[in-house]
Amino acid sequence: MTLSLFFFYLFAIVLVGAAVMVVSSRSPVHSVLFLILAFFNAAGLFMLAGAEFLALMLIIVYVGAVAVLFLFVVMMLDVDFAELRQGFLQYAPIGLVVGIILALELIMVAVGFVVTPEVASASAVAIDPTLSNTEALGRVLYTRYVFLFEGAGLVLLVAMIGAIVLTLRHKPGIRRQDVGAQVARTPAMSVENVKVKSGQGL
Amino acid sequence: MNEFLHALDYLLGLSFFGWGTEIGFVWKALLLLVALLIFIAFVLLADRKIWAAVQMRRGPNVVGAFGLLQSFADLLKFVFKEPVVPAGADKVVFLLAPLLTVTLSLAAWAIIPLDFGWALADINVGILYILAISSLGVYGIIMGGWASNSKYPFLSALRSAAQMVSYEVSIGFVIITVLLCVGSLNLSDIVLAQNGGGLATMLGMPALTFLNWYWLPLLPMFVIFFISALAETNRPPFDLVEAESELVAGFMVEYGSTPYMMFMLGEYVAIITMSAMMTILFLGGWASPLDFAPFTWVPGSIWFIFKVCAAFFMFSIVKAFVPRYRYDQLMRLGWKVFLPISLAAVVVVALVLQLTGWGWTPGVA
Repeated sequence: MTLSLFFFYLFAIVLVGAAVMVVSSRSPVHSVLFLILAFFNAAGLFMLAGAEFLALMLIIVYVGAVAVLFLFVVMMLDVDFAELRQGFLQYAPIGLVVGIILALELIMVAVGFVVTPEVASASAVAIDPTLSNTEALGRVLYTRYVFLFEGAGLVLLVAMIGAIVLTLRHKPGIRRQDVGAQVARTPAMSVENVKVKSGQGL
Repeated sequence: MNEFLHALDYLLGLSFFGWGTEIGFVWKALLLLVALLIFIAFVLLADRKIWAAVQMRRGPNVVGAFGLLQSFADLLKFVFKEPVVPAGADKVVFLLAPLLTVTLSLAAWAIIPLDFGWALADINVGILYILAISSLGVYGIIMGGWASNSKYPFLSALRSAAQMVSYEVSIGFVIITVLLCVGSLNLSDIVLAQNGGGLATMLGMPALTFLNWYWLPLLPMFVIFFISALAETNRPPFDLVEAESELVAGFMVEYGSTPYMMFMLGEYVAIITMSAMMTILFLGGWASPLDFAPFTWVPGSIWFIFKVCAAFFMFSIVKAFVPRYRYDQLMRLGWKVFLPISLAAVVVVALVLQLTGWGWTPGVA
């Protein structure tokens, strides 16, 4: 127990520290790098809780893909942060209220599990303790919740196509590469043998 | 306190000094690390020699017999040079980037099984771990490119971010087709599944084990995996990150001495990791290709290393004779060719497995 407790506090302290640095660091790129550190430690906490599938998914999806795009965008933007910080004090109360509401809700969830433990057993599907994490999740997602799961996937697909459609511009008069046409091209289509009489030219 | 001692024993145990029940994790990890680094030294030399041979040159042949010690000479040269950090660079991130690259690429080796039961950590979500580690590899390049505070490295970092994220998608789907056949995320299980029956058994020739392996039934996936692995590790013909004709040397322009060497090392370790993944997913891991006398005498780890070398030879020879892709062609290949093919393959493989009942159940050898 002591060892896992030690690692819990290690991950938790680094996580909170990194989260504080995300909002307080001066350079936006540093903020994103601290965000990645925070994700990483959150994955460590998941791992300690025995949710190894969730932990690795957090790393693959958020750190490996989403945060890369964050970093991509933040590095390319030329933002004047002195200007951005001007309204900081003005907006601080609103941010504080949102933060307090979120924190209260999280505390209520945690307290709820302690005060009324029967809430946990009310979850729809009983979890088979002999199965591995990945298998248990897969069995629930692809049987009981298959329509909801695929519906969520469809919503994401529609959102993705929507984003592409919104930004797609077809300029007329631009010559595009057509790989099929290039590959199908033969010498007979582009080379012509011409007999030129001497002294006359074409 | 008891648990703490137990953990210490697991990490540092030395059975032949009467302390601990088995050899500690740290010692095994150190042994693997040293062996891997020496292997990388010769792989680097082999890469240069193969490249030279294709161009009818000799390659490095001065240091040691046949130039065998060239990599060690290079190592000393890099280490003894003064590291220069550009004045405009973000110093912490600049030095963190090569460290991150090396650490992450070496971390992948914690779970790769060289032989039956030889993995440092034989975890159940092995494939996910490999995917997670390899998806983090892009950070070393992005951080290095950005922290250099220079135009060419920055362009290169942006290129690499888009390139690696794109090809990870098709690699992911290729791995899913293999996982569908195996039914487990464990790397050892993937190798066991390939040797527990398959095409050779169906044809009535169980001695030809190499026909059992997934490279044959999943041949298109094998090809896609190989090409995507080239792109994922920034090897030619997809080395647009370095593209010396356009970007000087890409994200490494501002680096020299030890930090540069670490980038180089990380890159080669990543290539060897990808070769090992090809070996595990498609070439039957540690198994002998023919199941009779002289071949079965060779230990599994030797077969594994041999297969990794063969996979690396392909990486190396491609570098020598394929011209570099243009960036838009690279993106087209990733998103418009590989993604649809691998996505369709997932559906087809799942359908075939469902209809025929083939595949492998974990626990049945």
